Amino acid sequence: MTRHADPPAESPAPAPRRPLEPLPITINGKPYFHDGDPAMPLLWFLRDMLRLTGTKYGCGIGACGACTVLVDGKVARACMLPMSAAAHHTITTIEGLEGDALHPVQQAWIEEDVAQCGYCQAGQIMAAVELLQRKPKPGDDDVAAIGNLCRCGTYPRIRRAIARASELMRSGKK
Amino acid sequence: MSTPVNLGRRRFLAVSLTASGALLLGLRAAHAEPPPPDLPLALIGDDLTELGPFLRIERDNRIVIGARGCEIGQGVFTSLPMLIAEELDVDWSQVQVVQLPYGYIETDKGPSNRYGAQDAGGSTSITDGWKDLRQAGATARWLLLQAAAQEWDLPAGQLRTAAGTVIAPDGRTLTYGALAASAAAIAPPAQPVALKAPEQYRIIGQPTRTADAREIVTGRSRFGIDTYGADALVAVIARCPYLDGTLDTFDDSEARKVAGVIDVVAIPGPAPNTPFSGVLAAGVAVIAQHTWAALQGRERLKVTWKQGPWAKESSTALAAAAHAALDKNEDGVAVRNDGDFALARKQARQLVEARYEMPFLAHATMEPPAALIELKQDSALLTASLQDPDGASRLIADLTGLPRRAIEVRMTRAGGGFGRRLKNDYVAEAVLVAKAAGKPVKLMWTRDDDLQHDFYRPFGVHALAATLDRKKRITGWSHHCAATPLAYRQAKERPPYAGCLEPDDFPAGLVANLDKTFFSVTSGMPRGAWRAPVHTFHAFAVQSFIDEVAVATKQDAVKLRLDLLGEPRQIPFRGHGGPVFDTGRLANVLRQCADRIGWGVRRTDGHGLGIACHFTFGGYAAHAFEVSVEGNALRIHRAVCVVDVGRVVNPLGVEAQMMGGTLDAVSAALNLAITVKDGQLQQHNFPDYPLMKMAQAPHSVEVVIVESGAEPSGAGEIGVPSAAPALANAVYAATTVRVRKLPLMPELLRML
Repeated sequence: MTRHADPPAESPAPAPRRPLEPLPITINGKPYFHDGDPAMPLLWFLRDMLRLTGTKYGCGIGACGACTVLVDGKVARACMLPMSAAAHHTITTIEGLEGDALHPVQQAWIEEDVAQCGYCQAGQIMAAVELLQRKPKPGDDDVAAIGNLCRCGTYPRIRRAIARASELMRSGKK
Repeated sequence: MSTPVNLGRRRFLAVSLTASGALLLGLRAAHAEPPPPDLPLALIGDDLTELGPFLRIERDNRIVIGARGCEIGQGVFTSLPMLIAEELDVDWSQVQVVQLPYGYIETDKGPSNRYGAQDAGGSTSITDGWKDLRQAGATARWLLLQAAAQEWDLPAGQLRTAAGTVIAPDGRTLTYGALAASAAAIAPPAQPVALKAPEQYRIIGQPTRTADAREIVTGRSRFGIDTYGADALVAVIARCPYLDGTLDTFDDSEARKVAGVIDVVAIPGPAPNTPFSGVLAAGVAVIAQHTWAALQGRERLKVTWKQGPWAKESSTALAAAAHAALDKNEDGVAVRNDGDFALARKQARQLVEARYEMPFLAHATMEPPAALIELKQDSALLTASLQDPDGASRLIADLTGLPRRAIEVRMTRAGGGFGRRLKNDYVAEAVLVAKAAGKPVKLMWTRDDDLQHDFYRPFGVHALAATLDRKKRITGWSHHCAATPLAYRQAKERPPYAGCLEPDDFPAGLVANLDKTFFSVTSGMPRGAWRAPVHTFHAFAVQSFIDEVAVATKQDAVKLRLDLLGEPRQIPFRGHGGPVFDTGRLANVLRQCADRIGWGVRRTDGHGLGIACHFTFGGYAAHAFEVSVEGNALRIHRAVCVVDVGRVVNPLGVEAQMMGGTLDAVSAALNLAITVKDGQLQQHNFPDYPLMKMAQAPHSVEVVIVESGAEPSGAGEIGVPSAAPALANAVYAATTVRVRKLPLMPELLRML
């Protein structure tokens, strides 16, 4: 978050430095190295460096969830995760969900026609994928705990899509 | 083998609207102009034919339909092509939808648009498309029929079509793909072609999923913020935090040390008291190789600002000024006056009065403003999430001196609009930065930038009064509003009450003695249209107040409204959405909504029911909520929305808009407000502008869509205005606490 200090309250932080050696990171199964500012959040590495733009910027402070990705299978806010902390981990973004076919959560999202503007939906889907991994039959409160923001008000269809995805995933395993 | 596309020999069907709205069909020889720059490469398949501006038919009978609107989440990328596909008579499964760019053309009569209306505002996309897009589809079908008639040497009248195929009486068939090339050479009809009767519809009225849903759920959709030019730089701007303040000094030495920062330039602000025609605020732009470097550079700027003329502005002072103007009751602007309210007041058996306060609201689109612009010596290319591409094109022409035909505007799917993108200030900023950079520039806004520099929904106070006779009938209605006019800095173009008070809105025309008066409250806050402008701003007061009148006079709140609406009839409505307001249609949605929520059943569980209804932009809606308050938590057990938007093009889309409009309204009503203190905005990010999360939202919104054969109206905004008052009325029913100031939650907790 940028504050427009007037006048500047304190002297600015020193300019960022380059890491001593490139940081390795695995994204959607592919290895990458980052040799820029280790403080750069994963979000900007994904978007500006790799052009993986499915992960969205929404607030920059981890409050909205538009940038939700999976780090070693757990949800994380890419806008808050510096590359120095993301390095050596395995990242899955919305672009990495699809295998030979759509992920059941993606399929359910289409079938329930969830998206309106669509901007928050990648983050919502990633959060739902992780939830269903943890709890194949999530309760109402589990779903509500996702906490990702949607200004269009798609929450009721998100609930329906998660229920449908839960069914798809469980029937697919039988 | 693929056949090269020879655009030069193709003839284009030009469809444009005259000022009167009549459809003109004309042929222009293709050699008169170069190939359209907007033909996406992906569409140049093996063999395709362009049939009119919206349609490309491939030899294998794939139908590519161009979506002309700005998709901001309201569903026009799906619903507008449905109108064309219906009259073209193809299967929706054959159709691929592509986004069209802005269609500026120059004609003998001046600038025009080859695609017709492309903006997203005022819920007009469907009403506009109903007029011309169906005709575009029908005209293409007519040409295909003529081509088949020539091929078979049969009268076209003996042929029929189905699923993208022309069928002869003897059963022979030809696909549209096979006919398209010869159809494109046929002169179009001199008169508009007859359209289908509603009972022939196979696409209109069918629940249809978002056409690009697969791109959205796989992350492949490109929103404006997702576009990257080949060698574009990224810029962010440190903007003056004071309303109409100016840049004093800045030191960029530390910013320039950040690896990746390329340049730092000052951006002049707008002149005070002139219309906002370009940028919104003075600023210092940091231009860098990527977003993170730009953000880091901006943090290291040392900037001093000069406070502008609004240094003392505060929300507290604005509220005091509004109340004072209402108390004083002098120099108001008459909005509408019927009968003699003063006399009605003297003769009244009972008088009910109340005041309601509405906060400034920000748009907070999930995708913040962003724009990618490429300026060349003799051309410009803008790619962005927009609501007003025409305005963007004009603005770029003004700022660059380029002729408008040299300016290309590409709209992307937009991460929300809600009126924010009706302003193109972020486009202006991108142009100014790109001019300084001498390279393509992508301008990025952070959330902080977005909340701090918006065109906010006006702030104001509504003072309502109703007079009743001995039979508890409403004889007089007074609505005084003191607010920061939407028409700020454009007061000459629009009456000051525009955007705050609608002369003919309910209960105008239904009460003999009516007094609607507006008082301007001076403020330096930029103002703009916020989803269902005017209507969200005053329907909360009107529909809360009618509930208060019912309570004060011990009447049923539904019956009181129905009594006012009276016999079903059409009364004149001069505002947007007119020319008439149908009392019967509003009464119908209200009745259905009451039935659905279980109105009139006495509750003993501490739950309260509240209801409200409103007419907006040609549509009719009613909302009802069932709520309870447990401790400090407001629980919404049920939410019902009944809507009549005439004939429905995409029921799945209308349901989404009602569900979303309801929740958007609830979100804003519960907790959202923009406040100002010492001439500075006080909100910076979602923690202090808390959009509703799923945990606070009702599990579902029960949407009831009235079946209707009436002309369709838009659905993007009608789901909003009646939701907040219905919610506040339900809170009253559950708690006997009347919330007259939004946002609701802080006020409720204060009063409980």
